[in-house]
Amino acid sequence: MLDVANLSVTIAGRGGAIRPVRDLSFSVARGETFCIVGESGCGKSMTSLALMGLLPRAAARSATRLALDGTDLRSLPRRAMADIRGNRMAMIFQEPMTSLNPVHTIGSQLREVWYRHRGRNRAAGEARALWLLDRVGMSSPRERLAQYPHELSGGLRQRVMIAMALMCEPALLIADEPTTALDVTIQAQILSLLRSLQDELGLAMIFITHDLGVVSRIADRVAVMYAGRIVETAATADIFRRPAHPYTRGLLECIPVPGRIARRQPLPAIPGQVPSPAQDIAGCAFANRCDQVRDACATARPPEAGVAAGHLVQCVLYGQAGSELSCPS
Amino acid sequence: MNDATATAAPAPAAPESPTAATLHRMRRHKGFMIGAGILAVMVLVGLLAPLLAPHDPYLQSLAKRRIPPIWHAWFYGSPRATTLHLLGTDQLGRDYLSRMLYGARISLAIGLSTALISAVIGTALGMLAGYFRGHVDAVVSFLISARLCVPLILVALTVVALVGSSLMTLILVLGLLLWDRFAVITRTATMQLANADFVLASRAAGSSWLRILASEIFPNLANAWIVVLTLEMANAIVIEAALSFLGLGVQAPLPSWGLMLAEGRNDMFFNPWIIAIPGAALFALVLAINLLGDGLRDVTAPEGRGGALA
Repeated sequence: MLDVANLSVTIAGRGGAIRPVRDLSFSVARGETFCIVGESGCGKSMTSLALMGLLPRAAARSATRLALDGTDLRSLPRRAMADIRGNRMAMIFQEPMTSLNPVHTIGSQLREVWYRHRGRNRAAGEARALWLLDRVGMSSPRERLAQYPHELSGGLRQRVMIAMALMCEPALLIADEPTTALDVTIQAQILSLLRSLQDELGLAMIFITHDLGVVSRIADRVAVMYAGRIVETAATADIFRRPAHPYTRGLLECIPVPGRIARRQPLPAIPGQVPSPAQDIAGCAFANRCDQVRDACATARPPEAGVAAGHLVQCVLYGQAGSELSCPS
Repeated sequence: MNDATATAAPAPAAPESPTAATLHRMRRHKGFMIGAGILAVMVLVGLLAPLLAPHDPYLQSLAKRRIPPIWHAWFYGSPRATTLHLLGTDQLGRDYLSRMLYGARISLAIGLSTALISAVIGTALGMLAGYFRGHVDAVVSFLISARLCVPLILVALTVVALVGSSLMTLILVLGLLLWDRFAVITRTATMQLANADFVLASRAAGSSWLRILASEIFPNLANAWIVVLTLEMANAIVIEAALSFLGLGVQAPLPSWGLMLAEGRNDMFFNPWIIAIPGAALFALVLAINLLGDGLRDVTAPEGRGGALA
């Protein structure tokens, strides 16, 4: 349903161009949750803003294909793009505390989205808002409509944000770390809420997170991003059971395991630093930190190889046919 | 943190609403209450002038010139002071109280309309500059600097001298000159708000820039520009009085307080009340508006502001 090929974001700066997102290609099917996971600064949020057409002014987007349900988003005029935002694709953000306007009631902010895309019909907007507030699990939705954001807790505000995103029945929901600012119990509630809403409404969802625990709970498919590139894409179970890319494996090893802490072993960390997005990377971006680096890594971009059905990895270890056998596991 | 879900109890007892909290703070703020009280009286007096005024403010009577106000009968035994003319009469025998009452209208009308015109111009420019930045900001900032380089009274004098003076000219000239503070304040405030998450959220919901400025950013600016509005109102009233005093503002026989001051200046030594009364009224009005503005700032954004009167 969403089809992206070679998506790049370039920010022109005084010290040369910065490329936080480099040649991303992926697609998301209806009803599917596609997780983009990666550490801070790997370009996750830039990717989501690029998809929505909400990049900061200095940033430019390029892609060979960027289509939502067959509509080419690349060439859309601003006005038409704005018609799609909030209508066919919607977004929820990391910070529920600041994502609602403090001077308007919940009800008027929800209705506003309806007015924007479905016309100024107060009764219809209010009915939809009520239904959604109830759906996202808020008690006494009618009273909530008259409340201001400061009267709600962070978890409730994030529920309102979800309701707001779903006002016009979007086909695609982009969730940019929607649970990061919430505490763990609320996080679990929001995740299961998103899951059930998705099943009910047939939403496609792009879920951006840095938390592999969240990934395991919500994702159907996962893309691991590193330094602006997707290094590995696979079904969720495959990523956890058979991680192929050395970076993915490193990430998974960094998850704290209770037993290990009891044995007073330090949490493993991937040595080295992420290359700066301003750098030009000829070969594999992870080469300088990889424990299985080859000569070829530094010079040429590793080819995309399939290790299993639907499991793609950009790594020279898997470059040649049959090399899967050499996969160190 | 507790997160009420569908199973939780009904909505918790609403905390004090922001409106109620603000009203509460207003009542406790002495400066605000004094300012608001004086201003309310002045506005009422201005509105009800035709009902309250004991005489026609334009009716001259040469036989009854310079009758002193009533307290001259009480304290100095003046035989001419009479309850018929509580504040006495002016050089042309017009009832001073009636002229004062009608004068309040002029001062308030000029203060409010110039401040509103300025607010519209300044807020619009400031929001555009703060939201779009870049070239738009450069142009607006240039306009603000240009405006700040212009000597206010001098330009007002020149325009009025060239075009001829009337109430309308005065309001327009001052309105077109006093917008700088609005622009400066809304520009910076908009820059901060434009980066707010709820603005991004609104864009993600498909809002146009006009909608975002009008419905997301503007309501959040209200505190700032209402305070500036009161201060500019006081400013405009003083400038009107100054221009009228110089003979280039409101034209006789309209009863403007500044004009009354000017007309009374020959009597300053022998009948000081002729300038003391409009002077005191002007003082009280400007003070009241400034107290109100100051109070509004304390009341709407109370954090970190004490103030001697608070």
